[in-house]
Amino acid sequence: MHEKTLAELSAGLAAGDFSSVELTRHFLDRIERLDGRLNSFISVTAEQALAQAEAADARRAAGEAGPLTGIPVAHKDIFCTRGVRTSCGSRMLDNFISPYDATVVERLDAAGVVMLGKTNMDEFAMGSSNETSYYGPVRNPWDTECVPGGSSGGSAAAVAARLAPAATGTDTGGSIRQPAALTGITGLKPTYGRCSRYGMIAFASSLDQAGPMTRTAEDAALLLGGMAGFDERDSTSADRPLDDYLSGLDAPLQGLRVGLVREFMENDLDPGIAAATQAVIDELKRQGAEIVEISLPNVHLSVSAYYVVAPAECSSNLSRFDGVRYGHRCEDPRDLEDLYKRSRSEGFGAEVKRRIMIGTYALSAGFYDAYYIKAQKVRQLIAADFRAAFEQVDVIASPTAPETAFRIGQKTDDPVSMYLQDIYTIAVNLAGLPGISIPAPQSGGMPTGFQLIGRLFDEARLLNVAHRIQQETDWHTLAPEGF
Amino acid sequence: MSLTTEDVEKIAHLARLAIGPEEGEALSHDLSNILDLVAQMEAADTADVTPMAHPLEMNQRLRPDRVTESNQRERYMSNAPLAEDGLFLVPKVIE
Repeated sequence: MHEKTLAELSAGLAAGDFSSVELTRHFLDRIERLDGRLNSFISVTAEQALAQAEAADARRAAGEAGPLTGIPVAHKDIFCTRGVRTSCGSRMLDNFISPYDATVVERLDAAGVVMLGKTNMDEFAMGSSNETSYYGPVRNPWDTECVPGGSSGGSAAAVAARLAPAATGTDTGGSIRQPAALTGITGLKPTYGRCSRYGMIAFASSLDQAGPMTRTAEDAALLLGGMAGFDERDSTSADRPLDDYLSGLDAPLQGLRVGLVREFMENDLDPGIAAATQAVIDELKRQGAEIVEISLPNVHLSVSAYYVVAPAECSSNLSRFDGVRYGHRCEDPRDLEDLYKRSRSEGFGAEVKRRIMIGTYALSAGFYDAYYIKAQKVRQLIAADFRAAFEQVDVIASPTAPETAFRIGQKTDDPVSMYLQDIYTIAVNLAGLPGISIPAPQSGGMPTGFQLIGRLFDEARLLNVAHRIQQETDWHTLAPEGF
Repeated sequence: MSLTTEDVEKIAHLARLAIGPEEGEALSHDLSNILDLVAQMEAADTADVTPMAHPLEMNQRLRPDRVTESNQRERYMSNAPLAEDGLFLVPKVIE
């Protein structure tokens, strides 16, 4: 059953080929047998999952099932789940039992989705390798000596290894797309504001966005339909109707204008990544798309602007962890300051501390204009580059990540080299645009990703283009051996 | 851009983080490297650019000021490390 896509499982449930309880048991059994090699889950919620599956089967028997009813899904451990530990990959929240559900979780729950458990992640979503997790690194099912990417590395590894048909992820600078690329799955970061941030533990509030991580674009369309939509509990939620992500999936690509970013294709691009990108471009051409070279003149400033905006917002968001109301508290504090300092220093790992410090510095008296305001201006330039490009083209294409999965430990001593993992994805978050990563041909036996970027709220078109590519190619069907 | 260990100590205090001496040196090295990366944006001419506050250029939504939540103090306080009679306990602040 784990060989089937989410869409196939949905059809199988509807046809009565198997029940949700059978399906859920099958995936729980796979997690139990195989996840010891990957560490992709922080918590497995077997008992609740089986109860939800029973309820889903009853709902189906009553004729009230939808396309997602009874489908098992794993949630990134950044989403609050009522009554279940929500750790965000941090010692700080190791003991935190969420008193409420995130909107994304609540919506999927209402659609009848079964939660298998909570997936591992970089601590507070800060990382590109899933090595900053308090619960240990996640391993890439394609080569367990390698990282799966991050921060949604647990979700990516679980879907790639067929331990879950689909998972939720979040993406602040590439945290859905880069791990999707490194593990050979499909990952969509929707437009900023499309999925509610309510109950999604905040990292950088002007960039954070939730999205689906699946095997195919069709599955991403199905899952996004259950996750997205306006939510009055999120003050930056987009108040506009949801598109039907499924109806246009098969639209032909004849005449589609695809922009290839010049700046991303030069600068000593890895030859394996370049070849993989070219193969997908060739497929687009074969289907009648027109390839146009475009320029994003300020895109090279993305990483530097991001490493002001994201840490600044992180330092503000993470100031709530004070050892008083919830989360880790140090033993025997001498006074209030000691309580704050030791609780935070014990609770946060090294990368989180680095980002809090950079953000604190950038926001401190005398530096605010030079850093935060300057970065927000650069962000405007980058967004304007995209607006200009979208006057010429319908979608923009690039590699997702600059290289295939690297070895565990290879980049942990050099934060800046880790940050450069996201050079192709970060600009998309800064501009608030939707972006999808789909599998491209492998390089050296390891997965690569192809990124498509769309206009604001043009998720349906990204899913259409991705789906059409997947209808004619088999890169997304490859599965790692031994799982 | 390079930060001294004194700078690092000052920033750590502002962020309410306790930093050990060895950690301080590693941090001053790492943070200086990150600030070098950040300095690349100085090259951009942003003289007439309005800072971007929000990717969607939308205004902050307002809602009517009315009670929508029920009181669930006990549930929300169940994660508190130290609480008594509905109060969060901290070390004595005023002698």
